[in-house]
Amino acid sequence: MSSDQDHLKETDTEARFEFKKEQKAAFAAEKGLTEETIRVISEDKDEPEWMLERRLRALKQYQKMPMPTDWPGQPDLSEVDVDEIVPYIRPDVEVRGGVDDWRDLPDDIKDTFDKLGIPEAEKNALSGVGAQYESEVVYQNMQERWEEKGVVFMNMDQAVQEHEDIVKEYFMTKCVPPSDNKFAALHGAIWSGGSFVYVPEDTTVDMPVQAYFRMNSEGMGQFEHTLIVAEKGSEVHYIEGCSAPKYSAFNLHSGGVEVFVGEDAHVQYSTVQNWSKNTYNLNTKRAIVEKNGRMEWISGSMGSKATMLYPASILKGRGASDNHITIAFAGEGQNIDTGAKVYHNAPETKSTIESKSISKDGGRTNYRGLVHIANGAKNSSTAVECDALMFDNESTSDTMPYMEINESTVDVAHEATVGKIGDEDIFYLQSRGLDDDDAKQMIVSGFIEPITEELPIEYAVELNRLVELEMEGSLG
Amino acid sequence: MATLEITNLHARVAEEDGEQILRGVDLEVKSGEIHALMGPNGSGKSTTSKIIAGHPAYEVTDGEILLHLEEGDFGDVEIPEDARTWNLLELEPNERAALGIFLGFQYPAEIEGVTMTNFLRTALNAKIDERDELLFGEDEDAEEEEAGYDTSPMEGNVDDGEVGVAEFQKLLKEKMDLLDMDEKFMQRYLNAGFSGGEKKQNEVLQAAILEPSIAVLDEIDSGLDIDRLQDVSKGINALRDEQGTGILQITHYQRILEYVEPDYVHIMLDGKVVKSGDASLASELEDKGYDWVREEVYEAA
Repeated sequence: MSSDQDHLKETDTEARFEFKKEQKAAFAAEKGLTEETIRVISEDKDEPEWMLERRLRALKQYQKMPMPTDWPGQPDLSEVDVDEIVPYIRPDVEVRGGVDDWRDLPDDIKDTFDKLGIPEAEKNALSGVGAQYESEVVYQNMQERWEEKGVVFMNMDQAVQEHEDIVKEYFMTKCVPPSDNKFAALHGAIWSGGSFVYVPEDTTVDMPVQAYFRMNSEGMGQFEHTLIVAEKGSEVHYIEGCSAPKYSAFNLHSGGVEVFVGEDAHVQYSTVQNWSKNTYNLNTKRAIVEKNGRMEWISGSMGSKATMLYPASILKGRGASDNHITIAFAGEGQNIDTGAKVYHNAPETKSTIESKSISKDGGRTNYRGLVHIANGAKNSSTAVECDALMFDNESTSDTMPYMEINESTVDVAHEATVGKIGDEDIFYLQSRGLDDDDAKQMIVSGFIEPITEELPIEYAVELNRLVELEMEGSLG
Repeated sequence: MATLEITNLHARVAEEDGEQILRGVDLEVKSGEIHALMGPNGSGKSTTSKIIAGHPAYEVTDGEILLHLEEGDFGDVEIPEDARTWNLLELEPNERAALGIFLGFQYPAEIEGVTMTNFLRTALNAKIDERDELLFGEDEDAEEEEAGYDTSPMEGNVDDGEVGVAEFQKLLKEKMDLLDMDEKFMQRYLNAGFSGGEKKQNEVLQAAILEPSIAVLDEIDSGLDIDRLQDVSKGINALRDEQGTGILQITHYQRILEYVEPDYVHIMLDGKVVKSGDASLASELEDKGYDWVREEVYEAA
């Protein structure tokens, strides 16, 4: 594409954003995050009084708390302007039904879909115009099967109405309280949409629960809340899919995820995220794991200008375990700060963290981890492995693995490797017929293979495709 | 029948004040022939092999490397008249591979996460695409346009003429049988955790799959026990006998030449091929070492 066309495209996009801002202003409450705004959201959603109260309490927390600024090597958040957030919320609520028409999506989103190879039918489903499409039908069938077993999978807003008791008990009370951090507080005040998953005792949901289409067709906001309650002995795999369709003028994403893993239960939470390059992606995700329960976090973080995301597991019961597999990709102008946190609060708890990062064109990745082993968590073990792959001398990668070990009979292992993509490796593949780009791509897809092998095939394909597009520099 | 023609090749390490390593190498290898290139450490054998394949660490300061192709070199693929002689020094490593040059590495890279099957099929298809493009100038853009998914992401790119999974599996099985290799190999990651012998066998397997006209094998005998040496040698002979590959076998020792009998033996000293002969030259070296050659060369000078 010629630079003239690039320029045109850019101008066009800017104009579009400007236009949207104007349009939003017509609906928006006062600029700035105020009590009034929160009341409008809650009323619009027809929420019970207790939820409004929680929102307002969270708002107070938010107003009290300082922005995180002094973490070593932390992404710069100075551009995050809360006053700019509000005008963006209101339209989100207004268009709760999703974008009505595929044609209303910005061109760059549509391009992304084309590059991703999302078939036309899926595009339609994603844009919310077609309930009759194949993927939707599959989803309905599965839902029916689960319903018979008492499994619940629905929009979080809907769950507040239909499963009020469970939501009231678990929603931002025990796992992610608004007081946890500034963005958890913000989330608590203005959350909207998301998924609610409830799995009764001894129930195994043997197909992944996917929030791939729902997120879009039901117009989930940038502040979606996911609450997963897996009762004793149950098993579920929740997948949050491609977030490219979330690409929009919004420049802040602050989601919240709370997972309750009951005794002997097993929850896997997988996510492949790709945010637009103007997004600040600041999330709080946490699980509480009871006796012999098992939590697995698998995440691919792509896109965004800055990401701060450290999924956490609190291993509360004896024998609870946690696996983390994370991958981050940072290109030009991006700072992806991700990692994992695990609290070993009971004996015989186990955790493994495997973190992979790729940086190119001056991109910056950080691994920031915390493993806390409490006094009394005897015979617990943890193994942390961080691998960073860099394309050039301009890119950086830092590993900050904090370990707080307050118990002596534990097994702790940490391993970190940092490497530049080797010229000899590339030459080897080239000598077999692959061109320079394909050789690099092959090395990278091999590097992230431990993640892709954990995902269902369509997500693995998508993740690989996203990485491929990132490497070509043709996304976002 | 393809011919690799190296004339007066001079090369140095591609950095400031890089050491001059090659000082006028002349060699000619035709498909179907087996050549042994021998010489002491530091004489420039490995450098020669890397430069043939296009390694960026070296800069050619003089001389040329030509590849002459003939009808039939690529099976049924017709080679246009004006595309029969190539100056390899103007081509990227993958383009050289596409035209039938193969380099067997002494220390092959280990690539985690990439299965042998995936790698070999990708390489084979890349090679075929690139070759067609070089020979017929097929438009790469046209291919790009098609790179999206026509059907669903799970079926992969739509690309006519590519070797499909089933077809490839069949080919692979054939070649592995030929080399007596265990099929378990194929699900392993490329060279990762392979023993020295397995890596060398894998290099030969790759040459069997990619069917080069000329294979340069850099000290493929190093670090092999006698059983492995026999296996690898059997594979090399098969490359020549079954697919007519020309072999340039770089080695220190005469040992492998008992199993892979060379038509020609060349001795390299100080960046030049100083003496050539038939298989008996290798035995002579075994008996008398390189000093004898050195003396002969310097006396002549």
